[in-house]
Amino acid sequence: MTAPMLSVENLRVSFPTHRGRVEVVKGISFELGRERLGIVGESGSGKSMTGRAILKLIRKPGLVTADRLEFDGIDLRAQSEKQMRAIRGARISMVMQDPKFSLNPVMTVGEQIAEALVTHEKLARREVEERIEAMLHSVRIDDPKRVAGLYPHEVSGGMGQRVMIAMMLIPEPELLIADEPTSALDVSVQAQVLDIIDDLVTSKGMGLILISHDLNLVSRYCDRILVMNAGTVVEECAAGQLDQASHPYTRGLLAAMPTINESRDELPVLDRNQWAGT
Amino acid sequence: MSAIKLDNLDISYGDTKVVHGVSLDIAEGESFALVGESGSGKSTILRAIAGLAPDWTGSISVLGQARSHGVDRAVARQVQMVFQDPYGSLHPRKTIDATLTEPLAIHGIGNRDQRVEQVLAQVGLDRRFRFRFPHQLSGGQRQRVAIARALMLEPKVLLLDEPTSALDVSVQAEILNLLKRLRREQGLTYLVVTHNLPVVSFLCDRLAVMRFGRIVEVADVAQLKHGALVEPYSQELLAATEGRSSVVA
Repeated sequence: MTAPMLSVENLRVSFPTHRGRVEVVKGISFELGRERLGIVGESGSGKSMTGRAILKLIRKPGLVTADRLEFDGIDLRAQSEKQMRAIRGARISMVMQDPKFSLNPVMTVGEQIAEALVTHEKLARREVEERIEAMLHSVRIDDPKRVAGLYPHEVSGGMGQRVMIAMMLIPEPELLIADEPTSALDVSVQAQVLDIIDDLVTSKGMGLILISHDLNLVSRYCDRILVMNAGTVVEECAAGQLDQASHPYTRGLLAAMPTINESRDELPVLDRNQWAGT
Repeated sequence: MSAIKLDNLDISYGDTKVVHGVSLDIAEGESFALVGESGSGKSTILRAIAGLAPDWTGSISVLGQARSHGVDRAVARQVQMVFQDPYGSLHPRKTIDATLTEPLAIHGIGNRDQRVEQVLAQVGLDRRFRFRFPHQLSGGQRQRVAIARALMLEPKVLLLDEPTSALDVSVQAEILNLLKRLRREQGLTYLVVTHNLPVVSFLCDRLAVMRFGRIVEVADVAQLKHGALVEPYSQELLAATEGRSSVVA
């Protein structure tokens, strides 16, 4: 592989509290090419903060430091807010967890997607409409004309999430960060949404960072997995070799999940004191 | 005797009928799951049994007694509910102690102090948590409090509405173990609503698959384990859980 698209070295994110600054991401490093990377961890492991730090979405008083934070040769640390706006959406975009809270309730779906597109590209109105229809079609919405005219409360959770994916992918970014894109959705819809992300990412040769708490799900859709716990990466492995994971935390997580053919009488529980930072 | 018997139950919210002609018979001591996607009416059935969705026709009987519409104290003694989100189901300005003693006060039961200690011990919470507020507890601890509250009246039946879906995997394991142990120790009957089939496999004996307010299939958990569910929709759910993408686009 050629030079990595994204390289992160010694990334730290901290927030002030009454007892001094607390680091939620404690010096993590990774590189990403045009591949699918999964970041897994439980609540509070710092996985979402890592995703947000890449887009410089952490507001004061949060503090982000890194020895290196480069995207396609651009030093993200040195970018002004205005320069970041040119990168966000157009080159790196992010799908959030819950469509109910992330879509603007007073704009139609079509208007919101158009906004994402027009912000980064000057296009004729006819062309914008065509692009939106094509995009909605590619996220498998069957009658894009009707859906484009709907408000977010008129669409289901699964459709809302597909709308959000459409919105994030229409400027054709090179890197997509998906932060728990399906945890607000039903199991039956989850697979559909992830398949759509997977198709688009593969066909457009984009990079993907999939952030999730679900180890199995991540191992199905990614090439490589980082397991995070208490702000550090405890294990990195290829998705196919998850069952050979060696770190006790990863093994604990795997064992704690009930399976469809469950015969154990009791599930093993993680001994938190062993690793927990807080 | 059956713990919960539903016969031809229709439930409506206003003009919309959300559950159509559901009949179920859950034996005492059994752990029964209702599975299906959001909007399939599974939580609504729990709410009707608990008296939170009073607009129903048909019949609901609990431990052999027909249930009235609306809030029913006698039923509350026998049947308690645990809600999905421990962040939303505990009163933020009441201490754990106040939350746990409230059902006792309502039903005029004495010896509260001892009962609170006893239930806290049952759900594996240290007594130092007793005078804390919900925001001082983690998600798993809060769900333990919610379960403790449901156990205060020594009910026979617990209605569990997605008891672990708001929790992390490792915390989910703790709560599932707790639920399994409590059922064994106290001979409880569970009616669990979930969309997580592995949880059903771990915790339940039988399950009903629901779709669009109707029961599609009632199956034994052994059938689930061996992938021997009959109806195509049940198979689809199973496939989605195992990560094969579902057939319907």
